[in-house]
Amino acid sequence: MNQTLKHLLIVFGVLGVMMSIAAGLIWVERRLLGFWQDRYGPNRVGPMGVLQPLADVIKILAKEDWVPPFADKPVFILAPAIIVITVLLSFAVVPFTPGIAIANLNIGVLYFLAMSSLGVYSVALAGWSSGNKYSLIGALRASAQMISYEVFMGLSLMGVVMLAGSFNLHEIVEAQRGLWFIVPQFLGFVVFLIAGVAETHRLPFDLPEAESELVAGFHSEYSGMKFGLFFVGEYLGITLISALITTFFFGGWLGPLLPPVVWFFIKTFLFVGFFILLRAALPRPRYDQLIRIGWKLMLPLALLNIVVTGGIILAAR
Amino acid sequence: MISILKALWTVFMHLFRRKVTVLYPEERPHIPPRWRGRIILSRDPDGGERCVACYLCAAACPVDCISLQAAEDEYGRRYPEFFRINFSRCIFCGYCEEACPTYAIQLTTDFEMSEYNRQNLVYEKEDLLISGTGKCPGYNFYKVAGLSIKGKRKGEGENELPPVDVKGLMP
Repeated sequence: MNQTLKHLLIVFGVLGVMMSIAAGLIWVERRLLGFWQDRYGPNRVGPMGVLQPLADVIKILAKEDWVPPFADKPVFILAPAIIVITVLLSFAVVPFTPGIAIANLNIGVLYFLAMSSLGVYSVALAGWSSGNKYSLIGALRASAQMISYEVFMGLSLMGVVMLAGSFNLHEIVEAQRGLWFIVPQFLGFVVFLIAGVAETHRLPFDLPEAESELVAGFHSEYSGMKFGLFFVGEYLGITLISALITTFFFGGWLGPLLPPVVWFFIKTFLFVGFFILLRAALPRPRYDQLIRIGWKLMLPLALLNIVVTGGIILAAR
Repeated sequence: MISILKALWTVFMHLFRRKVTVLYPEERPHIPPRWRGRIILSRDPDGGERCVACYLCAAACPVDCISLQAAEDEYGRRYPEFFRINFSRCIFCGYCEEACPTYAIQLTTDFEMSEYNRQNLVYEKEDLLISGTGKCPGYNFYKVAGLSIKGKRKGEGENELPPVDVKGLMP
């Protein structure tokens, strides 16, 4: 009984923390972008503007929940839910501390890759069901981008898996007690970071959205809380990728003095900040450039990483 | 590749730059004295209304936001019976000020005119009239206009000569 209660507590705790982080990130992102553009960003609602997400949520809930008459209604309503559900499901395998993790899956890495692949359905279905050519172009781009970046996202993690000798995220973190995998797996880290940015379709790889070309891409026709769900999904995605970078390459909860969960969140938020810095600094590549980088540069790099890591492990044996 | 890292570094260092934002309600921007803001109606140095209800401002207004009705008082002075400016239409172009022959209508430096109710943006004469002379101190139209009104005949104003007697023989 006590055990069940503890599990439930962890599940709802993680859910609550993640949802509040997703909301809080809206404020963090706007503040940081402001600072990097020599502005202040939202600083009026509450102390330093921290209540801005609350005001945004109230506004977005009060908006008309409109479904365009030419849209495919059931799919249109389902699409925003998919992205939030898949990202939240991925959090099930993230080990926050040795004690706090929803599921200690022995195929955690594969589970995460599967869930992030499912996320593409959200974008593709949203664009398809909108019945709008810009949305469709955005959705097609999203599908192509996510499929090509999925390939080496998985491959870039294989080096980590080889070094740790496990697909279990817990054991991957434990294997980094001596040395964080960022050092032996630097190439894998770079490839995973770029794939992660593309996976969450954040700038500079936000071609599915591409405000300057496609209105708003796959969510052009969305408004109200359905639009809000896409945003929640995006911010959850950033948090997830940052948490996983921390887990795979930066030793997860490991660190001196401070409690493990604090270390985990410090590392995660450094990467969240880096994601926002990418958005502030870099322009969007062209579509063909994006695909070319993926297949001609990143995929060979990931394969090279596997071959070299595998060779070194075999030689050391 | 190097350029991308350089871009990231440059943008990151902007964190420590001075912000260009003017935090408006606490920190006031400099408003130049010729700013075209809220429109007012000014008065003579004697305290009389300057407006002579000539309709030139209403005619000059490109968005037709000024409406007024002329009337004449017992002294023979023209004045507006009502004078109404719809600030929800006004574009603050200042043409009314340029058109005004008596310096009555003037644009001021005030720009904080927000209202929750659109109807409150329609200003009546009592909202527009101020007690002072505005930008043109010491100017009194009827003193220099050469018009005869009650209490002042032609030629009694400032810098005026008595009218020439057209039937006289003297040069």
